[in-house]
Amino acid sequence: MWDYTDKVKEHFLNPRNVGEIEKPDGLGDVGSLACGDALKLTFKLDDNERIVDARFKTFGCASAIASSSALTEMIKGLTLEEASEISNEDIADYLGGLPKEKMHCSVLGREALEAAIANYRGVELPQAEGEIVCECFGVTDVEIRRAISESNLRTVEDVTNFTKAGGGCGKCEEKILELLNESSRGEKLQAIPMSGPRRMTNIEKIKKIEKVLEREIKPTLKKDGGNIELIDVDGDYVLVSLRGTCASCAKSQTTLKEYVEKKLREQVLDTLIVEEYRQ
Amino acid sequence: MEKQIIYMDNNATTRVAPEVLEEMLPYFSELYGNPSSMHSFGGQIEAKIGEARKKIADLLNCSPEEIVFTSCGTESDSTAILSALQSNVEKRHIVTTRVEHPAVKNLSENLDILTGHKHRVTQLPVAADGTVDLQQYEDSLSDDTAIVSIMWANNETGVIFPIKEMAEIAGERNILFHTDAVQAVGKIAIDLAAVPVDFLSLSGHKLHAPKGIGVLYVRKGTPYFPFLIGGHQEHGRRGGTENVTSIIGLGKACELAARHIDRENTTVKQLRDKLENGLLEKIPNSILNGHKTARLPNTTNVSFEYVEGEAILLHLDRYNICASSGSACTSGSLEPSHVLRAMGVPFTAAHGSIRFSLSVYNNEDEVDFILEKLPPIIANLREMSPFRQQRHK
Repeated sequence: MWDYTDKVKEHFLNPRNVGEIEKPDGLGDVGSLACGDALKLTFKLDDNERIVDARFKTFGCASAIASSSALTEMIKGLTLEEASEISNEDIADYLGGLPKEKMHCSVLGREALEAAIANYRGVELPQAEGEIVCECFGVTDVEIRRAISESNLRTVEDVTNFTKAGGGCGKCEEKILELLNESSRGEKLQAIPMSGPRRMTNIEKIKKIEKVLEREIKPTLKKDGGNIELIDVDGDYVLVSLRGTCASCAKSQTTLKEYVEKKLREQVLDTLIVEEYRQ
Repeated sequence: MEKQIIYMDNNATTRVAPEVLEEMLPYFSELYGNPSSMHSFGGQIEAKIGEARKKIADLLNCSPEEIVFTSCGTESDSTAILSALQSNVEKRHIVTTRVEHPAVKNLSENLDILTGHKHRVTQLPVAADGTVDLQQYEDSLSDDTAIVSIMWANNETGVIFPIKEMAEIAGERNILFHTDAVQAVGKIAIDLAAVPVDFLSLSGHKLHAPKGIGVLYVRKGTPYFPFLIGGHQEHGRRGGTENVTSIIGLGKACELAARHIDRENTTVKQLRDKLENGLLEKIPNSILNGHKTARLPNTTNVSFEYVEGEAILLHLDRYNICASSGSACTSGSLEPSHVLRAMGVPFTAAHGSIRFSLSVYNNEDEVDFILEKLPPIIANLREMSPFRQQRHK
């Protein structure tokens, strides 16, 4: 039996906002019977694009119903801008957590919300453009990449828990593994519109910066007799110290901005600012 | 006050019968001897095990020497299949079905790794009602077939396979036949004098004995290789000190089962039928999974379209009603049960399947209670389901 929190049980037994709004401003219909869970979200906006009412209809297990109920409670009263910031982790947190095998229920909630917002704005959803990786559950590489990056997924099992990909015949496991490796190599994740800024922990950031320094930047600088050391990372500020010929080079500032910063922005985070550390 | 549990999940496990527990208790405390010992303190235990073996043999209508005690149904299945492959090492084909228990299904899919030889596995398909086609079965057998392993009755639907005919067909071709009878023993009469299987597995906890005890029946003269190799226990057919208390419990449970077998097919069946007919009648868009008559008397598996099984079970749980589901969400896997998928049950129904499995401990009040509580649960969940209206607009 699943270890559901009291909040999950409470939302499952007494779901809020069940139903469907007639002539809604936004409608999101995600999942399918075949997949075992489906969610239809409708919302109504006021003149300031603030969500005044939200309703859901859900086919699925207790956590799918609870996630849907939680989602409608969370978005009511928010502007569309604010609502679009809600991640699947936020939905799970609101419920006091979900069993890891059930995280895909919170992802379903976020997807329904995105679909409903996209429906209101009249735009296409990014995941629809991706290439199908898991044929059993119809999950695209875009969705998998996104889940990997947003929730820091490390294993195929994690990916299955969050997206269902790999949970059927298992033939796509290798492809999922490739996507996992790709992200851990620090390659730039495909830009996904509509998603909020990707949150990275400081340690993650430092590790990624170090990797890029070691693999690419240091070898290039060494060719010219120079070198670089990472001193500190403070928010978006990356403090480095230039060594060897670089330390006395007149063009050192150009190197720092045009080369080092550019590389780090491309491969780690596009808001990084590289500065020279001076004692 | 103790919660009143309505237990209708007897294909998952059963309560230990009070008589069984009573029979076992002395062997946990004062009668703790080892049956292999030379002293009479241990020797009396061996005699008691012999009595238990006799009771089990009586239930199956076989000889006590043909009973080998194991730890569970899964061990019995593994022992039978791997033994057959070792005694027919030149043969590399095994025939089974798509609806077997994982103990047979997953084993048959991993034989190459276990034996170091490449094997061919035929998993016979089943019809929409869960039955197999005898002709197709016969056609699947070849000179290369080392063993057939087919369950006597399916755990999820209760559908019974024609084991007698299948074993006879295999016997004519000198192919070993194993049946996983874990769900059948105690619920329907088993007569091994008339049904020529070579191996049969049973599990204690499915018939009111404790968990952790199983039996492998090995017909006299069948080539046999032990799975657990060790001491001389079970005449060298299964090493390891006997699980004395559980063996004694299983003996008593088989004695009770022999006595109750008529009730299974009268009282229990009537209760099951009342529940099944009531649900199908009261709840629209509900479908019976499995053959109407070729079925265990205690099992019913009904799908409620457009709703999901785990949600149903959790609502039932509030009333302390215990059942199970073939839905994806309950299993921890993401797909509905392999049995329902093999039967071609559409996804609309497979996710919303509920199995009730009764025992002689159930009564009519409990059935009435479920018939009262379940219809509004389904109606409520359908109210919430986005699929409901698409078809009924």
